[in-house]
Amino acid sequence: MGLGAYVAVSGALFALGLIAILVRRNVIYILMGIEMILNAANINFVAFNRFGSMKLDGQMFAIFTIILAAAEAAVALAIVLNVFYLFDSIKPSEADLLRE
Amino acid sequence: MKEPALQRIFYGALALLGLCALGVGLAKAGWSGVAFALFAFMTLGGAVMCIWERSVVRSAFALMATFTGVAGLFVLLEADFLAMAQILIYVGGILALLLFAVMLTPPDLNERKLSRLAAGALFVGAGALYLGLKITDTAHWFVRGAPLDGNVAASGSAERIGVGFLAAGPYQTSAGTELGYVVAFELAAIVLTVALVAAVYIARRKPSDLQPEEKAG
Repeated sequence: MGLGAYVAVSGALFALGLIAILVRRNVIYILMGIEMILNAANINFVAFNRFGSMKLDGQMFAIFTIILAAAEAAVALAIVLNVFYLFDSIKPSEADLLRE
Repeated sequence: MKEPALQRIFYGALALLGLCALGVGLAKAGWSGVAFALFAFMTLGGAVMCIWERSVVRSAFALMATFTGVAGLFVLLEADFLAMAQILIYVGGILALLLFAVMLTPPDLNERKLSRLAAGALFVGAGALYLGLKITDTAHWFVRGAPLDGNVAASGSAERIGVGFLAAGPYQTSAGTELGYVVAFELAAIVLTVALVAAVYIARRKPSDLQPEEKAG
């Protein structure tokens, strides 16, 4: 399989993540869509690393994406819990105040 | 249409699509094509299921297929360390965090609207198709070496990544010059520490939010 096949899979995963963010009215789905988009970027990094002449740069970038995704998931969980305490709902359209 | 009938049609179409993908893979590139098609189908099928399912818990478990499929693609791309990290961090960590978020918040089974789903899929799908065709028309990437033949390199990348993370500058190996990534490594450690401390601080319930009986106890 060549580079094109991996880029195609990555593009499709990105589009699906975008759909998840756009069509579902629930904060959790937005988080899931973001994870899909980050994974799509990771596939691209590793595929271009394998088929390009870069040494390890692509894989290092992918590792940092994974680390940042883990940090993002932890902070996002905390924010979702706080939004739920404040608004009694996790619909993004209802969380429209910055104060209690 | 009734929900069970819709469900049957959706999963029937998904299974059919998977079989088609495996067949195309076998016809195009033999068994390595089948491996690629399997992991690609796991990745994309899991994502489609995640968007489709009404229940958030089922969506979260569908996402497990996506993450595992991406790990398989990493193996095919000779990135064995990343494949392990993907399974450990995504399937073991981020998915567990997502499930915590799911179970600490109320379910809303009537939130999925098929009309919005169709509109979003049409809109994003058309855009992705247009961009994809545009890119295949115009891009000419420089590609090194032969396409993958399914034989993953025996050496792997875990050792190179480990040494690279601890090297401050470029260094020589038998394979050539490698770059050092120690600054980036330390930076990632600081980012993780700050983010996790911040997450604990934000998630903590303030004493004024607690119910009177909780305060007494």
